[in-house]
Amino acid sequence: MMLSCKQVTRLISQGLDRDLGFTERVRLRVHLAICAGCTNFATQVTLLRQAMAKLAEQSPEA
Amino acid sequence: MDDFRSRVERERPYLLRYAGLQLRDPHAAEDAVQETLLAALAGEAGFGGRASLRTWLTGILKHKIIDAIRRMSREAPAVSEDEFEALFDQRGHWVEMPGAWADPGAALEQGRFFAALEMCLARLPPKTARAFMMREHLGLQTSEICKELAVTPTHCWVLLYRARMALRECLSKEWFRK
Repeated sequence: MMLSCKQVTRLISQGLDRDLGFTERVRLRVHLAICAGCTNFATQVTLLRQAMAKLAEQSPEA
Repeated sequence: MDDFRSRVERERPYLLRYAGLQLRDPHAAEDAVQETLLAALAGEAGFGGRASLRTWLTGILKHKIIDAIRRMSREAPAVSEDEFEALFDQRGHWVEMPGAWADPGAALEQGRFFAALEMCLARLPPKTARAFMMREHLGLQTSEICKELAVTPTHCWVLLYRARMALRECLSKEWFRK
């Protein structure tokens, strides 16, 4: 069964906090291959992580 | 001696801002900073000028913040994913698909982007913000965050999910709006 966008956003977020299982990764990839909205979502939460890392590293010298 | 004291004291506003952002409680932030400054003055020898004073003080403060979070985390967890319900239709598809952000790489080079990010962080509910800051700012693992916040791993993932959903929405509006 196809995952919904809502389920996919949850998996994308969890993928930043734990190792996803094989099935989860496959289903995620299948969905992302055809869904521009979720692909944008994934790019954006990854950027959010980069931004937070940069915020953390520049803070002490700010 | 007095010179060291005044240099430490000069970092107080920065440390307060840092602690405030993570603890979301002015009194708890004030306490954590006060403890940090006392520990710093008592442990001047430990400084030894290896790192910058600010970096050294921030390192002490991080421990005080974790202690404070531990004390604060007795509050009952109220989990709800419904806040973001409106973003999806009944079948779980986007009502409005997220568009691409224009030139995100350039955003990371701009100070004003980080001001917008801090503003969005300040709008998160306290517990959500604490979980997110522990994960992305202090770099803790989910298991440690669960322990500190006294919640289950599932709840922890929900908190982090909610933080990311809210921050993505907020940044879309405040920074990347077309």
